Parts: sequence; C-alpha cells; structure tokens
Amino acid sequence: MSTWPSESQKQRQPTATSEARLHELRSQAERKGRVEHVGVHPEGAPFPRASVETGYYGIPLLKQPPWTWEIPLYFAVGGAAGAAAVIAALADWIADDDKLAQDARWIAVGGAALSSVLLISDLGRPKRFLGMLRVFKLQSPMSVGAWTLTAFGSAAGAATFAKLLRSRYDWLPIRIVGEISQGMAALLGLPLHNYTGVLIGASAVPVWNKNVKTLPVHFGMSGLQAGVSVLELMGNENAALNWLGILASAFESWEGFNIESDSNRVLTPLKRGRSGFLTRAGGVLSGPTPLLLRLAAVFSKNSDSLRKLAACCGIAGSVLTRYAWMSAGRASTKDWRLPLEVEDKRPQEKPLPARMVEAVREPRRA
Amino acid sequence: MSTFIHAMNAPTENPDIHSSHTTGFFTDSTLCIGCKACEVACKEWNDVPEDGLNWSGYSYDNTGSLSFSTWRHVKFVEGEIKPGDGGNSGNHLSWEFSSDVCKHCEVAGCLEACPTGALVRTEFGSVFLQPDVCNGCGYCTVNCPFGVVQRNEDDGRAFKCTFCTDRQKVGLEPACATACPTKSIMFGNLEELREHAQSRLSDLHGKGMKDAQIYDPKDTSVKGLHAFFLVRGDPRMYNLPPKPEVPIVYQKDAWRSAVIGSGAFLLAALIAFTGSRHSSRSQRKVSARRSRA
Repeated sequence: MSTWPSESQKQRQPTATSEARLHELRSQAERKGRVEHVGVHPEGAPFPRASVETGYYGIPLLKQPPWTWEIPLYFAVGGAAGAAAVIAALADWIADDDKLAQDARWIAVGGAALSSVLLISDLGRPKRFLGMLRVFKLQSPMSVGAWTLTAFGSAAGAATFAKLLRSRYDWLPIRIVGEISQGMAALLGLPLHNYTGVLIGASAVPVWNKNVKTLPVHFGMSGLQAGVSVLELMGNENAALNWLGILASAFESWEGFNIESDSNRVLTPLKRGRSGFLTRAGGVLSGPTPLLLRLAAVFSKNSDSLRKLAACCGIAGSVLTRYAWMSAGRASTKDWRLPLEVEDKRPQEKPLPARMVEAVREPRRA
Repeated sequence: MSTFIHAMNAPTENPDIHSSHTTGFFTDSTLCIGCKACEVACKEWNDVPEDGLNWSGYSYDNTGSLSFSTWRHVKFVEGEIKPGDGGNSGNHLSWEFSSDVCKHCEVAGCLEACPTGALVRTEFGSVFLQPDVCNGCGYCTVNCPFGVVQRNEDDGRAFKCTFCTDRQKVGLEPACATACPTKSIMFGNLEELREHAQSRLSDLHGKGMKDAQIYDPKDTSVKGLHAFFLVRGDPRMYNLPPKPEVPIVYQKDAWRSAVIGSGAFLLAALIAFTGSRHSSRSQRKVSARRSRA
C-alpha cells in the first residue's frame, strides 16, 4: 500500500500549469457533463463487478488449510510408523524374522515420537496437545486420530521396551506384556497408517472431499511404502517386504492413473501449477518407478541394490505425495468457482495483479 | 458396530436446547446502507484486533471476507444494472450491501470437527468457540463450508463470531444488531425471525423487487442457518454457496475406504509373511545342509 501524501505531494506548490489543468477540467465538465480523462487510475482497474459469473469479485469463499510444513511430514511419518507396527507383529509371529521385527518396532516407536513432536510444533505449545485428549469424538477424525496416535505410541513403546527387557530378563510377565502391547500396536497401526486420508477427505476442501473414497487407501499405501522402504534401507532383505512394496506401488500407480484420467475440474490442482507438479513427481516416485524396480528385483540377481533404489524412490514419493495433497488443498480453496458452482470460463479472463490478490486474500496480521 | 458407524456420521444432538430459546440473526441486505457500524461495534465490544484500514479495491470493501479478526463483514456488491433498478445511464451500477457473519449452522461443520470440544452449541442454539479450550489444531477452518472460522497465526488459536453470548446471557442484543442504524441486522427468536423474513419477502415482491430472496439452505446437510440473509439477485454474488455441505457427510465413504485399505494391507502382509516364512525356512535348510556338507 502506498502512503498518502507522498513526498512529492508534500513539496508541491500550485503553478500556472496545475491551475490551467483545473480550469480545463472544469470547462470540460461544463461542456460535456462529465470528464473523460482518467482521474485516479487504481492498480488492477477496471475492477470486476460482482455477478453470477464472477462471484463476489472472485474472492475465495473457503479458508485455506492453515497447517504448516510439519503436518504433511507427519502424514508420512505417522503412516510409516503405523504400517511398521503391523509388519513388526507379523514378522515376529509369523515369519520369525527377529531383525525385521526389531527394526520395525523401532520405526513404530520412533515414528510415533517424531509424530508427536511434529504435531506439537504445529500447535505451538506442548500443552496444547493435551487439549486433544480432553474429549473423544467419533465425529471428528482429528480426535480419533489424536487418540489413536497416543494409544499407538504407548503400545509401541511398551512393546519395544518389553523386548529390550526380555533380552536380559526373560520372565513370563514381561513376555505377556510385550506380546499384548505388540498386538495392540499392530491393531492401532492399521487406523494410524491411513486415518489421515479420512482427516483431509472428510473436509470442506473440494479437491480433498472429491477424492474421499480413495484418499484413505491412497495415504495408507503411501505410508506402507514408506515403512517398507525404511526397513529395507535398514538392511532387511525379507522377500515379504518387496511384495508389500509391490502392492503399495501398484496401488499408487493405479491412483495416479485414476487422477490423470479424470477430467473433473475439481481435480485441476492435482495436475496444474506447483501442486500439480508435486503430485506428478510424488506419483511417479511412489508409483511406476518403485513398481518396476521391485518387479525387476523379484527376478534379478542384483535384487538388493534394485530394492534399495526402489526404497529411496518410495520414501521420497511418500513425503512428496503428502506435500502435494496439502498444496492441492490450498490451491483448491483459492478456486472460488468451486463452492459457488460457477462454470470456469478462464481463458477470456486476465488474472489480477499478484499484489491485489495478496492484499485481499491473505489474512492480515494484527 | 452399526451404532458405532451411526455415531460417526450423525451430527451431535442437543436435547437440552429448546427451539423457543433459539435466537438468530436476520440480515436484510435491502436495508443495509454499508456504514460498517456493525463491524466497528463488533470489534469494540469483543476487543477484536484491527485488520488494517486497507482498501481491497473491490468497491468499499476493506477486508474481502470474514476472518479471525473480522467477525462482521460488510460486502459491497457492485453489479450490472438491470431493468427496473433505476438510473438512466449504462455506466451506472447496482450497488447492494450485505453484512456477513458466522452462519451458526443448524448442523455445524466446525463444531463436529473440533477435536477438543472447544466449539460448543450454546443455550441460544448458536455455535460458540471457547478460546480457553481451543488448542489451535486448525481443523475447524477446513470444515467450515462458509469459510468463516480462521486460525490467527500470531496467537495460534482459531476465532470467530461469538454471537455475543455474553451479552445475550444478560438479556442484551448482540453488539452488531444494537449498533445497526437501519435494522438491517435483526436479532430475535429464530422462528419469529423466519416468519418476519417471509412477510418481508412477500412485501418486497409486492413492491416489484422480484429478485429478492432469502438465503437459508435448509435442504442441504447444513439444515438451515441461525444467521440467515435476505439478498437481491443470485446469492453467489454475495459469496453465499448454493449447496453448502457439512463435511461429516463424507465420513461414511472415508471410513469405509480406511477399513478396506487396512484390510487389504493386513491380508497382503499375512500372505507375504507366511510365504516368506516358508522360503526362509527352506533357505535355512539349504544353508544348514551346506554347512553340514
């Protein structure tokens, strides 16, 4: 915003030219009944009028998701932790793979701890997280998720601690507590690994609620992929991990294909602009790329390095995908046409100067 | 299980709130003169921080929308002139004003989404955000179909219109309605206001103002507004969405997808690890044989 009066205005003195200009304006007004010269020409003029086609001057109706960088990262970390707890239990009970089970338990408990740190960082103060545990509301995915994460963290922590103790004191009570908490962690890991899809799917943001039927599976598979990938990078070569990775990357490829082949305009943020780039980059890194690498690893002699490469892609893809959806959500709320159900006739329209848009759309700090 | 699923999708019930005590706002834009006394009164009474005296460039609008620091917002709708609107030049505009506010929905997306219970239904039927309980998770902001509630990034918590619950408790009208010089903002019993709005509408229609209509979406999952509006022309020109939906309507699909995803993961993991157990056993046997040999 420019300041008024400006420095040049303060120092200005009336001159013959300026007075002649005023007389000119007056005579023009007398003769024609109006003045044709532009008096004040504000930046961005002519301004759009409010109409059914332009909404309320194109000012977005919906508020942007307020979450900072911590939340998409939490989606990835929490998803990986939840999936790891399930893998830990099954690797321990079914596959008898002690190293895999132990690594997965550490990912579960470490991921839960990191998740809490990320959430608290977004809330601003540690005490605020306790507010989540004031009530339990089934209607609120945020409440269900906060309780799930808390219970999951406790169970995963207890399971890991019990296993540590057992290496020294193999007493029956410790064993029982360890097995029960491991089962609890796996049971809670299932909702934890994909509830974040429910969280953003069941919202007023158009691009999110449009995809509500696949988002939870999508986020779950993304979390599974991240969990499997971290375990592989930790040196686990169990073939089951590769097969789970194939499942996840196959679903991610299918999801990417679905998004690309759907021409619904609500999905535009997933294809265009910054969020579109992120979505496609995340999709390629977590879909076809690891899928091909992992399939090759099944038949190749050099399967270990192929799987590690797939794992690196998978982790990057999982994190990128979460940022992509957050970015798409922001872009979607900026599209004022969607909630007003106004047809998009953008080609004829000139975009407003960025400064004008910012002045109106960004919340001002007090 | 079915009751569990029902609880996830059903809006919170409020058996203690009687419709006879339910109050509301009826904002009649045909009476609004755009003076912004309601904005000033709201800020003064509720001690809401200022949001800068910037011109948006859109008519006389300052802030563009409701926000954490704007709980009443006067919209200035400059529209194309239509026959019967008056004026004799193509350069003239139609100019409507409408004071926007939190709609205090019958089924409120923010209230259902709030994980802390900070958002509650008051005895007056309005939706109240308790600032001492709010933990700033920001989930209400993405669950409001009207884009009302917003997080203050300096403070960390979300804020919105309180419906002047403190004033109502001592029998006073909300600050904005008290300050309104033309009774464009009317406050009172919700049922009586709705009746009044209908008679006002037929009155206006009788005077030839055929484009006047009441905005109160009762046929969507919002189930009606406690702060409803009378506007001229299409409500979309006032940034009022034609079909606002409370996001809990998406939850059934969302949780079903989550259950399917979890089931698929669990099943695949069971199969994969059972398979790997056999292969690792056979590998172990092979290596055992080799070491023996």
